Amino acid sequence: MAFGCMQALLKDDRDGYWKRKASEFVERRAKEGSLYDKKTLEEIRRGVKEWENQVLPRQDRKSAGVRADHQTASGIPLKPVYTAADVKDISPADQGLPGVYPYLRGIHPSMYRGRVWTMRMFSGFGTPEDTNKRLKMLLKHGETGLSIAFDMPTLYGYDCDHERAHGEVGRCGVNVSSLKDMEVIFGGIPLDKVSTSMTINAPAAALTCMYAGVARKQGVPVEALRGTVQADMLKEYLAQKEWVYPPEAHLRLVRDLMVYCTEKMPAWNYISISGYHIREAGSSAAQELAFTLADGFGYVELGLEAGLKAEEFAPRLSFFFNSTMDFFEEIAKFRAARRIWATVLKEKYGVKDQRSLLLRFHTQTSGASLTWQQPLNNVIRTTLEALAGVLGGTQSLHTNSFDEAWALPTEKAVQVALRTQQVIAEETGVPNVIDPLGGSYYVEWLTEQLEEEAYKYFDRIESAGGLLKAIKSGYLQREIAENSYRLSRRIEEDKDGVVGVNKYVVPEKEPISTLKIDFRAQRSQIRRLEKVKRERDPVKVRASLSRVRKSFENEGANAIQPMMDAVMAYATLGEIIAVGKEVWGSWKEPAIL
Amino acid sequence: MREKATARQRKIRILVAKPGLDGHDRGVLVLSRAFRDAGMEVIYSGLLPSPEQVAQMAVDEDVDVVALSLLNGAHMTAFPRVKTLLEKKGGGDILVIGGGIIPDEDKPKLRRLGITGLYGPGSSLDDIVEHIKERVRKERWRA
Repeated sequence: MAFGCMQALLKDDRDGYWKRKASEFVERRAKEGSLYDKKTLEEIRRGVKEWENQVLPRQDRKSAGVRADHQTASGIPLKPVYTAADVKDISPADQGLPGVYPYLRGIHPSMYRGRVWTMRMFSGFGTPEDTNKRLKMLLKHGETGLSIAFDMPTLYGYDCDHERAHGEVGRCGVNVSSLKDMEVIFGGIPLDKVSTSMTINAPAAALTCMYAGVARKQGVPVEALRGTVQADMLKEYLAQKEWVYPPEAHLRLVRDLMVYCTEKMPAWNYISISGYHIREAGSSAAQELAFTLADGFGYVELGLEAGLKAEEFAPRLSFFFNSTMDFFEEIAKFRAARRIWATVLKEKYGVKDQRSLLLRFHTQTSGASLTWQQPLNNVIRTTLEALAGVLGGTQSLHTNSFDEAWALPTEKAVQVALRTQQVIAEETGVPNVIDPLGGSYYVEWLTEQLEEEAYKYFDRIESAGGLLKAIKSGYLQREIAENSYRLSRRIEEDKDGVVGVNKYVVPEKEPISTLKIDFRAQRSQIRRLEKVKRERDPVKVRASLSRVRKSFENEGANAIQPMMDAVMAYATLGEIIAVGKEVWGSWKEPAIL
Repeated sequence: MREKATARQRKIRILVAKPGLDGHDRGVLVLSRAFRDAGMEVIYSGLLPSPEQVAQMAVDEDVDVVALSLLNGAHMTAFPRVKTLLEKKGGGDILVIGGGIIPDEDKPKLRRLGITGLYGPGSSLDDIVEHIKERVRKERWRA
């Protein structure tokens, strides 16, 4: 099936913008800087040379346990110390101020002085009842935004009674097979009083329709709904791998949701352009930054191709990044992301509306960085990663629980994770000053390094024939797999130390109590689904699914309203997704190894 | 029946698979590469095979070992199912090793079924390779 609306992503647009941007960094380094006058700069350089030649060799003692190499987690080589000479080119225009282009220092003028980041804990397991209880517990303990984790059957669009769902129902998230399940998840939670993020991708449109359906039943106007669906299908093909249909089909549904929400759900972030999963899959910070933003530019082109004006839809493009253990690299990454997004939207896409230039992002601390060994150590890891997110200016934050490598979090573990954010907010003083690391020689230098790497990647992706080709050929996936293997080898060879894994290893285990999920959830969900199917009007369901099918078959149509009707008639998730399988088929990824 | 090569020339044939709804493939991609670097012939199942498909692939490809990995909590359903199907399809002598997120209390039952290793996060790649080589030497090649 040909998809005209995907032409933008296929465009081999070689206007040379990326090459020009990448070479700007080289040119600036060669020029005299603007921050210091020539005499002062020479004095600084002389001082550094003297220190390197005379002070450092005398005092430097190589002892056992001192690292042989000094580099960031991404492999960027690091000097012992950074000085003004390393940031001589940064002009006030490059740096800006909070809430001012290029938004390097923060997207809002007051940041956390005005409002602390949203504390939004990713949650979900077992039955809708189990999850409803957990959401209410977290709200009681002070989380300020909801975030729903779904189980694997739901993520792949299978109902709980499908044979592929057997053994999987409720095990790593909450099961949703119909609108009824969503009604139970949000029972007693007024949707006009909360904002909800749903980590759902292939069936994102259907789940958005279900959330809107719950709102209708609560008497809450749909246009007032605040929240996010992840819905970032490009990164699915790269990293999380939760797709059902071929890329063009999913991108068409992303477009439909974008157009529908722009008009009918103006407070709904219909996409959360994600780097978290790309990083968890083993990418470097530069790759996480570059591939996420490249996906972002792809969605901008998708919206423009759909006939929307940038200022209509771009303000609702939101982002989602990882925060992992290389502390300063993560902070630099968040800053670089903001500056790149604003710059490219302004320069390449000609967007003038300031709201469209703001990179708003949610952060999750890295699950892959947490260890199965000595799980309490994970509290420390999560704390440092959360702090990096805050110092990087995130709008919203999820902190992992210390039992992450064992199971889904217990109540106790998730409380500690939430308290981690609250301690940072209430006790450290960090929220009092915006972008406190701005002006740090190291952090500003590293921010530029990552930006330069990103522009080089944008150029490479364009040379590979554009984003869609780069994904379908497996190029980006192979980049991620290469870096992932590099990281695994570094740990295997003790070049990178991980406490409890290859350093300070303790053979005795102290078992922790973990959350157990059994077949009860599967049985209960199947019973509920049977009841839904008994009580619904089968004629209405058939008619609504037939309309969904017609809309899928017509590329120019918008499929969201038909999906809303089907959801309200209690067509199941599996039934709706299956229509798409019939129309568009499935897709196998290229060989990566 | 493949011809027997000398012990030196023989390569271990290993199928790497995640027998369930679990697309988080970082682990299996790293393992596949490590096995290949260790001189094994690696067949990667690709994404989302069912336990049935994994067992069929193992038999069709005439592998020595099936390496199963799951992070989604469904291992107590999926791993034993693969073992049962292997036996049904005449691949009962194919060795099965497992890994992923496997709680300690589940390990005894899996081991009783002959599924060994059960490597969790932070396991050494060299340890896994050694374990496979040892089992193949002892149980498949009886060298």
